[in-house]
Amino acid sequence: MNMVVCVKRVPDTAESEVHIDASGKDIDKSKLSFGINEADNYAVEEAIQIKERLGGTVNVISVGGKDSDEQIRMALAKGGDEAIRIEDPAMAGSDGFAIAKALAAAIKGMEFDIVFTGALADDDGSAVVGVALAELLGVNHAAYVKKVEILEDGKKIKVGRELEGGLMEFLEMELPAVLTIQTGINEPRYASFKGIKQAAKKEIAIKSLSDLGLDASEVGEAGSWAVLEKFTPPVVGEMAEILTGEPEETAAKLAAILKEKGLV
Amino acid sequence: MLFELDEEKTLFRNSVRDFAEQEIRPKVEEMWESGEFPYDIIEKMADMGLMGIPWPEEYGGSGGDELAFAIAVEEIARVDGSCAITLEAHTCLGSAPIYHFGTEEQKREWLVPLAQGKALGAFGLTEPEAGSDAGNTKTNARLEKGQWVINGTKCFITNAGTDISAGVTITVVTGTREDGKKEISNIYVPKGTPGYNIAPKYKKMGWHASDTRELHFDECRVPEGNLIGKRGEGFRQFLKCLDGGRIAIAALAVGTAQGCLEESIRYAKERVQFGQPIGKFQAIQFKLADMATNIELARTFTYKAAALRDAGKPHTKEASMAKLFASEMCMQAAVQAVQIFGGYGYMEEYAVSRFFRDAKILEIGEGTSEVQRLVISRELGL
Ligand SMILES: Cc1cc2nc3c(=O)[nH]c(=O)nc-3n(C[C@H](O)[C@H](O)[C@H](O)COP(=O)(O)OP(=O)(O)OC[C@H]3O[C@@H](n4cnc5c(N)ncnc54)[C@H](O)[C@@H]3O)c2cc1C
Ligand SMILES: Cc1cc2nc3c(=O)[nH]c(=O)nc-3n(C[C@H](O)[C@H](O)[C@H](O)COP(=O)(O)OP(=O)(O)OC[C@H]3O[C@@H](n4cnc5c(N)ncnc54)[C@H](O)[C@@H]3O)c2cc1C
Repeated sequence: MNMVVCVKRVPDTAESEVHIDASGKDIDKSKLSFGINEADNYAVEEAIQIKERLGGTVNVISVGGKDSDEQIRMALAKGGDEAIRIEDPAMAGSDGFAIAKALAAAIKGMEFDIVFTGALADDDGSAVVGVALAELLGVNHAAYVKKVEILEDGKKIKVGRELEGGLMEFLEMELPAVLTIQTGINEPRYASFKGIKQAAKKEIAIKSLSDLGLDASEVGEAGSWAVLEKFTPPVVGEMAEILTGEPEETAAKLAAILKEKGLV
Repeated sequence: MLFELDEEKTLFRNSVRDFAEQEIRPKVEEMWESGEFPYDIIEKMADMGLMGIPWPEEYGGSGGDELAFAIAVEEIARVDGSCAITLEAHTCLGSAPIYHFGTEEQKREWLVPLAQGKALGAFGLTEPEAGSDAGNTKTNARLEKGQWVINGTKCFITNAGTDISAGVTITVVTGTREDGKKEISNIYVPKGTPGYNIAPKYKKMGWHASDTRELHFDECRVPEGNLIGKRGEGFRQFLKCLDGGRIAIAALAVGTAQGCLEESIRYAKERVQFGQPIGKFQAIQFKLADMATNIELARTFTYKAAALRDAGKPHTKEASMAKLFASEMCMQAAVQAVQIFGGYGYMEEYAVSRFFRDAKILEIGEGTSEVQRLVISRELGL
């Protein structure tokens, strides 16, 4: 199985205060810590587990600046073989579609059976890249994948997709394919010191747009379908109903509302 | 000179931090409450190669160094002291003497499973009448028909009594030297050897889930070949291991204090009194500023001591200084953290109350603060 995993470096905003920066188009990331996008961490693990079972290679790709080397190296330390990092000033302002174009350009020339992406990025939450990538590569895809089974001949797979309400949809598809991985599909390992040392010896190939045969106009804002205008904090208050009174009263009111809306 | 970790160590720190957050943090309260040894966590630490960080790969280790090890201990201590001391004692006390002084055969037989984390290592120096005064060791071993026959008691020994404990290396008196002083040697005693009896766990003020026990040796016989290194060199051997252990305890203190700081900053931003977050009061800000300053100084110096050890340079003084400063600043950080939490900090469900109790032992174990000051004074030529 030859596999490609796309990973993204994202800020950890779960426990931090988030402020919109001066440009109004981004958040201030100067005090945030960064890590691999959560779903991508599961995607890396899934690829490495398949490699350990069936052999093959795992190629790690990221679009991002030098900082992203950290996430790439971590994936290499866990068992990835090779890596590409796509970096070009013209990538700034790219939406998910433009990112997918860059990834597709890098992947096109490779022999691959499965491309893994995360189902969703923790920062933008668009859930676009994996599916757009499949279209651009002209291969099958499945999104929100929570189970992967390679069928005997290695030419087909059976995947379980997570649907609402805990339902799973199973489908079979021919390879090559793009799978967008949902968190919880496996138990991601942690990079060992030994793995990290070995990863230091593996090369990360840096590719610019011209290396990939792409024109600057195909990515960035020019090449995007969606353009970010500005961030605003959510408006507080108008839709919210604040319950007042003694705890017994407010609890009873809350219970009545929940029942009325059919939520309990 | 830029004091920065290289990429390898930075990645390793992040990886261990991730591990501690995901695998240890959710279990901390339960461990504290039950006091049960965290076998599942140790197994996962072994999977990740944490149980043999400084030892070469040929002996089942990770091929890392003391600095990498210190970073791992620090990151785990930031979340849980019991897991951190288990790792620390396993490596610096249990495994180090075999690695540094064992024969090739002893390393193959005893070190490999320790480094792989399949077994847990322990070292027994302390006795009821020999704590700081380690030279007063009473436990003795006589050679009889190719066997050491051991009698005596060790107390406060970490890691000897778990289901995965392999054995314990102990300091014993094996005779009298020419100058009339005790001849001290180190002997390895496998768990399960007849005459080696392990008492129930102590009830401790902190580190609830770490395994600390009294060990009794009653006509306990082990093969002559269980002597570690040369006869009569037990003292020199454990001093060398203690230098490494002290650096690791310093790292454990830095991690514990870091945990205190992070908890305190979060709480100071949330807790409102007199109409504003208490973090807006300069009295609270200054406590946090002092904590952060001391932690940074302790961390930098601890890494220096580890780097000296890795470089094979003298480091006895630096190891003692790191241990002394880091453990005392950690105790202070814990005291201030509880203060910042007010009455809540006095409640066991708050992490700072556990850090507070965990911190105290750091000024005692592997040489008390007084002993560190003695060592440093001696190094100053006094
Ligand atoms: C949780 C825990 C885990 C431990 N794990 C291990 C282990 O795995 N292996 C092991 O061998 N030991 C272990 N120990 C023992 C530990 O190393 C000793 O407790 C420590 O060395 C102090 O010895 P002591 O308790 O006998 O105190 P004492 O030596 O009796 O000291 C009492 C006080 O007197 C002071 N004092 C003593 N001598 C002097 C002096 N010359 N000048 C000034 N002051 C002095 C000390 O500083 C201290 O304040 C552990 C202890 C604990 C609590
Ligand atoms: C075991 C126990 C028994 C108790 N028994 C009783 C009892 O019988 N009756 C009762 O009424 N209460 C009782 N208490 C509550 C106790 O009096 C409070 O915990 C104490 O007054 C501190 O309040 P707090 O915990 O809300 O801390 P906070 O007031 O939230 O203080 C947190 C931190 O903020 C600091 N701080 C707050 N305001 C300022 C400021 N303006 N400037 C600078 N620093 C500031 C504090 O010094 C502290 O370090 C008890 C508490 C405990 C732990």
